[in-house]
Amino acid sequence: MGTYSSTALALEPYAVVGDAIPRPLGGLVGNPARGAALVRDRERGNCLICHRGTDASEPFQGTIGPPLAGVGLRLDAGQIRLRLVDASLLNPQTVMPPYFRTENLHDVAPAYRGKPALSAQEIEDVVSYLASLKTF
Amino acid sequence: MDPGSPLRCVRDDPHISGVIKLAVALACLVVQPAPAQAQIKSGTEFLSPEMRRQQADETRNPAFFWVEQGRELFSRKPSPDGQACASCHAEPQQSLRGAATHYPQVDAATGKLLNLEGRIEQCRVERQGQPAFGYESSELLAMTAYLGSLSRGLPVDVKTDGAAKPYYEAGKAFFERRQGQLNLSCQQCHDGLVGQKLRGDTVSHGAGTGYPAYRLEWNDVGSLHRRLRACSLGVRATQFDYGSPEYLALELYLAGRARGLPVETPGMRR
Ligand code: HEC
Ligand code: HEC
Repeated sequence: MGTYSSTALALEPYAVVGDAIPRPLGGLVGNPARGAALVRDRERGNCLICHRGTDASEPFQGTIGPPLAGVGLRLDAGQIRLRLVDASLLNPQTVMPPYFRTENLHDVAPAYRGKPALSAQEIEDVVSYLASLKTF
Repeated sequence: MDPGSPLRCVRDDPHISGVIKLAVALACLVVQPAPAQAQIKSGTEFLSPEMRRQQADETRNPAFFWVEQGRELFSRKPSPDGQACASCHAEPQQSLRGAATHYPQVDAATGKLLNLEGRIEQCRVERQGQPAFGYESSELLAMTAYLGSLSRGLPVDVKTDGAAKPYYEAGKAFFERRQGQLNLSCQQCHDGLVGQKLRGDTVSHGAGTGYPAYRLEWNDVGSLHRRLRACSLGVRATQFDYGSPEYLALELYLAGRARGLPVETPGMRR
């Protein structure tokens, strides 16, 4: 896969190694509790629209992506980070949205233009939460 | 995923009236959907059984209030010395039966793509000399729901070649293009993810054959373009205007894709 650096001015640069982004974006430290809230939040992460999370009592969870329970066993933090930042780097046809990308997007609504779906801090929060999910 | 059952023209739902069944059965004899389209199913197929029954029952489907209002507007003179729609289109149950199946279509005089809403507004302005109702006004929704209901059960039959071809191609390109901050195309959801759960919704083929429809989420009847605006917003993409060239072309592509499916206006959706 080689090394890839984001050229978007506003975004923290990152390097891809294999199928991972090993280093935290901007050197930031994630907060798993905030990450858990973001995954659930219907405005910000809204991940459960496509994924099942770990709380079976949460109504209406999606069936489009893999279930998130146990994802920390399958993938390490760097691998999870890459899949959140821009899963299309691994699979060009992916349905998983790019959460840290502002380029090569079409017809973005004005309110979201030029901004990534999640900030570097929010990505790190979600990464730290998902990396901690080691049970099914 | 869709188990790949072939298109069933006549549904086994005992609550669909015999007349509709017969009409659809007859339509099936004439319309041979192309192989690529044979898989496309109506949004109704993805509703709960209870909502399907409610949609089919004129006394329980709230959208029939709009149909009633449309029927009334159709025969009302817009001004004391003006002409009602009915004075040009007598016996609409016969004369306009099937009309909605041919929309969107290219207007011969202007070369522009018109959907049913556009044709109604054109008649209203040019023939009745009245101000346009305006997209999403209760009058235009009522009139569109009424005219759509006159084609209930008849197969969608739009032209996608000749003068319509560039519009159809533009709609197809739109459908297939990734868009918005979430970078998803219509096709990724409405081909690739059909049958999957997106939160509480089951993703359908996006046929749109029930519109204008009563959506529980809106607590109201809305046009197809209102539904399209909701999908655009869902992927954080630009919402085009009601009646915009972008959505008109998309509407033609959807109708071409749904060719042979019965018109179900007025539908009920979540
Ligand atoms: C529109 C649907 C959709 C949304 C929204 C979505 N995902 Fe995904 N996600 C997918 C799909 C589909 C895959 C599989 C990707 C592939 O194979 O290319 C995936 C893959 C993943 C993976 C890799 C899982 C594995 O086991 O390999 C992770 C981690 C992930 N998503 C987390 C998230 C998080 C966190 C969010 C919200 C911030 C989110 N996803 C939002 C559809 C979605
Ligand atoms: C992230 C997934 C997603 C994307 C992308 C998407 N839609 Fe939808 N769409 C849905 C869901 C969910 C529904 C409601 C359930 C259903 O009927 O499919 C829906 C409903 C519809 C309907 C109503 C179907 C019916 O018969 O009731 C139409 C038409 C439609 N979409 C067209 C489009 C078009 C055109 C685009 C692109 C501009 C698009 N959608 C993009 C998820 C999506």
